[in-house]
Amino acid sequence: MIALLTRDIRLAIRAGGGFGLGLSFFLIVVVLVPFGVGPQAEILSTIAPGILWVGALLACLLSLDRIFALDWEDGSLDLLATSPLPMEGLVAVKSLAHWLTTGLPLVLAAPVLGVLLNLPEAGFVWVTLSLALGTPALSVIGTFGAALTVGLKRGGLLLSLLVLPLYVPTLIFGAEVARRGAEGLNVTTPLFLLAGITCGTIALLPFASAAVLKVNLR
Amino acid sequence: MTLTVTDLRVARGGIPVLEGLSFTLGAGQALVLRGPNGSGKTTLLRTVAGLQPPLAGQITVPDESLVYAGHADGIKPTLTVEENLRFWAEAFGHRDISSALAAYQLAPLAPRPAGALSAGQKRRLGLARLLVTGRMIWILDEPTVSLDTDAVGMFAAAVRAHLARGGMALIASHIDLGLSEVCTLDVAAYRAKPLEPDDFDGAFL
Repeated sequence: MIALLTRDIRLAIRAGGGFGLGLSFFLIVVVLVPFGVGPQAEILSTIAPGILWVGALLACLLSLDRIFALDWEDGSLDLLATSPLPMEGLVAVKSLAHWLTTGLPLVLAAPVLGVLLNLPEAGFVWVTLSLALGTPALSVIGTFGAALTVGLKRGGLLLSLLVLPLYVPTLIFGAEVARRGAEGLNVTTPLFLLAGITCGTIALLPFASAAVLKVNLR
Repeated sequence: MTLTVTDLRVARGGIPVLEGLSFTLGAGQALVLRGPNGSGKTTLLRTVAGLQPPLAGQITVPDESLVYAGHADGIKPTLTVEENLRFWAEAFGHRDISSALAAYQLAPLAPRPAGALSAGQKRRLGLARLLVTGRMIWILDEPTVSLDTDAVGMFAAAVRAHLARGGMALIASHIDLGLSEVCTLDVAAYRAKPLEPDDFDGAFL
């Protein structure tokens, strides 16, 4: 499993692997919003937590179809399915690799980009914390969507349609943590719910993803 | 250690292609499947490899003994030959890849990105993967596609060595591998009867 993780990370950072693609997309979205909204600093600082969350979510979506599609095309997925790795473990490692190459850079970049959006001082720590808690759920849910659409040619749009509604709870509570934190309110309830969603998806979805992947490989 | 297939019925895309198929492979035996295109060789191999369930019949294999090699080699173009092979070795819990590199004369190509290999060299890398897995039962689908005569010789030698170690091989192939000790099975004789047209659910699926 460690071999698979190192292979996936290595593939992501080599040419054409798409590492940094999500990050650049996140940067561009966050830079474009102030142009669209206008230069009013108060409006920007009000919407900053939400923009950072939506941007991170869309950036995460961008690289989802790579999770299984490349392995499907070159036959590695068939070979991995017949290897000693359990399918659930394979799916979990794939999610982890996706989070390390997409989610984690977004978490680290968010406070820097917060400056561009005039994010209130109190908000920095909560935006980062809520993204750190929420992005693993985005990767795990996305892996499930990627497993559902693995055999389809050009299934990227369908994948987005399937996955985005499933992202709603994470987005609601993640953005709520960031917003309340930025306004200096109590964040306990949304923070616990966000953590609960992440733990729940990590515990349950790899089994569902493995099951649909087995069906799709037939 | 034996691979036993009893009264197997397999389907591709919901349509039965083969039925009534039975055979047994023991240690050191190989079976070559023949038959025209679309006769169900690949479907049979995928079913035996556990990638799809059979419609009926039984497949008995010892646990953790199979390795499957399909039409695609599962090679990552941005990794080097050595990294590709090492990954598969580690996935199967082994470390040594030098003998596999030697068997297919891949050692000079080891530092090269796999994307820069020719079709035949990629296929050799795909076949070298079988050696690093340490599995006893090889399920091979058209292993000699795009190989030249020398490489076919290397493959035949690898299969012969594998059988001599007590391994087994189930191979779908059109060409003669020059292996005298293998049996041949023509799957065309087991073609399944077409489905009854009154399949009521069919209209809703």
